[in-house]
Amino acid sequence: MNTTNAFHPLARALHWIMAVLVLAMLFIGVGMVSTVSGKHTWLLAIHKPLGAAIFVLALIRLAVRLRFPPPPLPADMPLLMQFVAHASHWVLYALMLTLPLVGWAMLSAGGYPISLGGSLHLPPLLAANGETFAWLREAHRYLAYLLFLTVLGHMGAALYHGLIRRDDVLPSMTFPRHSRPEPPRIVEPAPMPAEAEPTAIEPPSQE
Amino acid sequence: MTDPSRPPPSRQPWRWAVIGLAVTALAAAFAYVAGWITPQRVTSHRIVDALQAGGIHPGFRRNHAKGVCVAGYFESNGAAAAYSKASVFASGRTPFVGRFALPGGNPYAPDSSVPIRSFALRFSLPNGEQWRTGMNSMPVFPVATPQAFYEQLVATRPDPATGKPDPKRAGAFFAAHPETGAFLAWVKTAKPSASYVTETYEALNAFYFVDAMGKRHPVRWKVTPEASDDAGTGPQAGDPDYLAHDLQQRLAQGPQRWHLRVTLGAPGDPTNDATKVWPADRHVIDAGTLVIESEQPQDSGPCRDVNYDPTILPSGIEISDDPLLPARSSAYADSYLRRTSEEAHVPGAAHATSPSEHP
Repeated sequence: MNTTNAFHPLARALHWIMAVLVLAMLFIGVGMVSTVSGKHTWLLAIHKPLGAAIFVLALIRLAVRLRFPPPPLPADMPLLMQFVAHASHWVLYALMLTLPLVGWAMLSAGGYPISLGGSLHLPPLLAANGETFAWLREAHRYLAYLLFLTVLGHMGAALYHGLIRRDDVLPSMTFPRHSRPEPPRIVEPAPMPAEAEPTAIEPPSQE
Repeated sequence: MTDPSRPPPSRQPWRWAVIGLAVTALAAAFAYVAGWITPQRVTSHRIVDALQAGGIHPGFRRNHAKGVCVAGYFESNGAAAAYSKASVFASGRTPFVGRFALPGGNPYAPDSSVPIRSFALRFSLPNGEQWRTGMNSMPVFPVATPQAFYEQLVATRPDPATGKPDPKRAGAFFAAHPETGAFLAWVKTAKPSASYVTETYEALNAFYFVDAMGKRHPVRWKVTPEASDDAGTGPQAGDPDYLAHDLQQRLAQGPQRWHLRVTLGAPGDPTNDATKVWPADRHVIDAGTLVIESEQPQDSGPCRDVNYDPTILPSGIEISDDPLLPARSSAYADSYLRRTSEEAHVPGAAHATSPSEHP
């Protein structure tokens, strides 16, 4: 019933679509630069339009997040853990937006055509310059590694919430527990059956 | 922590194991795709490592290291436009930045050290499209696959003791690869030419032209010179850079011309094997004239930072199923990153300390 403990449905849809696209993108990127097989060509051909799509989706997602603020983290999460959770989210957003831009700028500096498929081309962002290319190419690589590590941490943290803490964090991005009544940790004394055994509990935290 | 609304944090080890397994599996899959845990797999990185086994020359290409930039235009006569919708084949001019070079990783190799010359082109088409091609003055490529190419590089790697390939290892490779026969027969009689301008350069790999109706035509192309052997000044005795000097002298007399000849493959002609030529009776289109008007040194000229990746093609030309094409693309990209990183002094790139880095 309380929708504030879940992400907006649009945010959830974008999250899972992008989870698939970003993970695919990371594997495509690292695969296409190493393989000498025929996969190199089509992976390269997918990589550029997919990067453009991720950039546009990340912008939409940022707007959705600003319009529909995400649910708060459980109040009993240690402060450091809360900080890491928030920081990692902003790192994910920053990388989803910067990696496509760095890729576009890098191809521009390398003098490459920036093909999104067929004869559709993006204009260059920068003048061709081999040295600029080299810096951007290395930045693209290491930012992608950072994104992969952040994704790994994000996934591990989500599983930690779902399997160890078993709190509302994982359901807030999957299937929120709408059907369940609000737990009795709300401040008002819950109307309890008269026969209920009063359990000794800590004072509930303020939500 | 006894909030009755949810169970207390679990301490069951299997839950931790699931998390650890999920994260590790994803990381391992990534490392596998990257080729980090399969040292026997041929990757672009390993090919370029093999190419530079004879010594690293910072800032230079890992192959075709010695060369010269040229610039000019292609004057299409429209004859190939029926087979490819690429705008470069419509009647008219398309500018290009090109490069003549010697195979090998040594930018100081004497011009007479190899009988092969190469010619690369980057055509700039309207709307950001490009056509890049790298051609060589030989009729066939020695091997047909990236795996065999890598094995050839390893087998012919210079012995640190003698600076020359070990004839036993090289011989064993060629014996085990009979597809190299056509190339070896050619190279036995080939002589280093006295001029870049009198050579015929072959694309070697097959491609497809795609016409306006979407029909694909298997093709191979080459450029044939208008200049004949005796038109030049020839190599000067003791000049290791006679090709660049010859080119300078010829261009001082006027533009140099080639014809772009496109061979149309017939059904059954192999498109995936650069060790085989197509039968000589195939239809050849003279698509127009390549005109070179100027040359520039490669360390400052416009070709310096161009990666002549032959899979960068405009709409209207497509790669074939030749397995060497994706491998060239992948390895060229790695070589390009190495030399531009050295030029940019990116930390970790080979140190560009040689005083002759930019002669």
